[in-house]
Amino acid sequence: MAHSQDQQKTAAAAYWKENVSLLLKLLVIWFAVSFGAGILFVDFLDQFQLGGFPLGFWFAQQGSIYAFVILIYVYAWKMNKLDRKYNVQEGDA
Amino acid sequence: MSTELLTYLFVGVTFTLYIGIAIWSRAGSTSEYYVAGKGIHPIANGMATGADWMSAASFISMAGIISFVGRDGAVYLMGWTGGYVLLAMCLAPYLRKFGKFTVPDFVGERYYSQIARVVAVICVIFISFTYVAGQMRGVGIVFSRYLEVDIVSGVLIGMGIVFFYAVLGGMKGITYTQVAQYCVMIFAFMVPAIYISMLITGNPIPQLGFGSEVTGTGMSVLEKLDGLSAELGFAQYTDGSKSTIDVFFITMALMVGTAGLPHVIVRFFTTPTVRDARKSAGFALLFIAILYTTAPAVASFARINLLNTVSEASYKELPKWFSNWENSGLIAWVDKNEDGKIQYTAGKSFAGKPSFTDERGESGERLINNAPTEGVNELYVDRDIMVLANPEIAGLPGWVIALIAAGGLAAALSTAAGLLLVISTSVSHDLLKQNLAPNISDKQELLAARIAAGAAIVIAGLFGIYPPGFVAQVVAFAFGLAAASFFPAILMGIFYKRMNREGAVSGMIAGLAFTFAYIVYFKFVNPADNNPEHWWFGVSPEGIGTLGMIINFSVSFVICHLTAPPPQHIQDLVEEIRVPSSNNAAAPVEGGQTANA
Repeated sequence: MAHSQDQQKTAAAAYWKENVSLLLKLLVIWFAVSFGAGILFVDFLDQFQLGGFPLGFWFAQQGSIYAFVILIYVYAWKMNKLDRKYNVQEGDA
Repeated sequence: MSTELLTYLFVGVTFTLYIGIAIWSRAGSTSEYYVAGKGIHPIANGMATGADWMSAASFISMAGIISFVGRDGAVYLMGWTGGYVLLAMCLAPYLRKFGKFTVPDFVGERYYSQIARVVAVICVIFISFTYVAGQMRGVGIVFSRYLEVDIVSGVLIGMGIVFFYAVLGGMKGITYTQVAQYCVMIFAFMVPAIYISMLITGNPIPQLGFGSEVTGTGMSVLEKLDGLSAELGFAQYTDGSKSTIDVFFITMALMVGTAGLPHVIVRFFTTPTVRDARKSAGFALLFIAILYTTAPAVASFARINLLNTVSEASYKELPKWFSNWENSGLIAWVDKNEDGKIQYTAGKSFAGKPSFTDERGESGERLINNAPTEGVNELYVDRDIMVLANPEIAGLPGWVIALIAAGGLAAALSTAAGLLLVISTSVSHDLLKQNLAPNISDKQELLAARIAAGAAIVIAGLFGIYPPGFVAQVVAFAFGLAAASFFPAILMGIFYKRMNREGAVSGMIAGLAFTFAYIVYFKFVNPADNNPEHWWFGVSPEGIGTLGMIINFSVSFVICHLTAPPPQHIQDLVEEIRVPSSNNAAAPVEGGQTANA
């Protein structure tokens, strides 16, 4: 198991790169549901109905919040997988 | 049992519970006092964070505000939840890995500078005191309204309780108390919401009832509300009245501000592992979302109830709650056309808050001194009433009303305790231990933390008893300043290894100074100009923190590239906090020369 320091650095850099790319993907969704659907395109979306809600209004007062919760759980789950892939997860201690 | 007796009972039982928890979980070391020994389960930490975060404003005022502004209320809903996404992904796991106690700890060490640390300490204390003043006032108001003790005694009782568990238990005591407070608060918020949703739509889940039909009308809740609003001359409930750019900037400032608030960030220092810090952010937002997705539903139901009940109704035939709240000064009615009926429409009925005389009018209403406006509207309704009076408007039993009192107190006390802890930690740890008196022992530091907490409670209590007129005005400060100072500094500290002391410090100072000056100008120096015509790019003082943040980023970036990169051991520190664990055999990531953070 004797890796050289260079290899360790490369592994750490690759881990970080995957982390940042996951982060950016999730933040795009974060921006799209709140600032996109709930603010910038709210009037456009309001012409569609979701149950008793105009769609834009629903995103602004309900949907964006649900999406936020899901995003954090997806992030935690994906990061745990990534940690194990690079063997940087924390011990059982 | 009478409602008052029930209220005493509920408040008494919950307070006893809080004190019991405080004794059971008192802190013995600074680590327990500051970060609960880093041993808090993610679910417990999620609940505690939720209670810490949701203040009297979330519990009492938010639904009321939404009720009156309709769609624009979304700035609070999205702004105060979306920040957790940033926190969970960009800050919390790395700060947990960093493994110290406070936000100034991170800023001071990452930017190898005592100046940075001191700037951070000043911001922490300023932001936290701004916030805590409102909480103690909230405690006083709930006491005076429900238990008929005066505001001063109410504040004193609240101070006593917080003193007990914050001083004794520190973060450990506060966390477990907040778990209990979260349960009380969410129960108290949900019970009336479910009940009212059932009454109006027949659907017991408020989030779904919000999008259902009003029983027996064939119209959805929102259609009904838009219809009523149009009929009475109000703006459409589902339309916004703020400009898109302002809504964008306010929401961004609240989100980024949330992620930068020290009393929220510090919660993620308390979990056992990085993995738990991530999970804990998920639980925190889940627990917060329960209230935040219910609040807009409550807002719409309460609005329908209010419009239906009061519009064109004869004063003498109104239900009892109307005169109850008129008696406590939160409703006022001026019979402008002397028809004995209430005309409720857009516009103010008179200028300012009501100032009541001792006399009664023709219909038995309380008369006021305020000069009526030209408009047709005759009714003044305080926004806080929408949550506080909701159970009465819907005719719910006394125990539900008593529950609201216990819930409001839980919301205010839990937030106050979290803030006071941050203040005391800043003084004892950041100012004393890390700056003025580095040689004090753990015991002495703990004692200093307790004394600082005690002093902070006394100051906060004074703010509650003698509220400075500017409290409501400065809430924008807390978020704006957090957004313009901490968030960029911490984010770049983790994600931009090249960021150095010079860049971060000048960025923080530029962002702070700009945001501070803009808010002070429009709120205090020249309030007459506080309107979209004079705002820069149409951005209100509430949203200016976003621009402050952009300035912070830009200045940091430019200055950082004109000065030397940070020393090697700082770059190694950054590498280290980016990885949850570097002890595994295969990949000990930290470089050999890492001097230890």
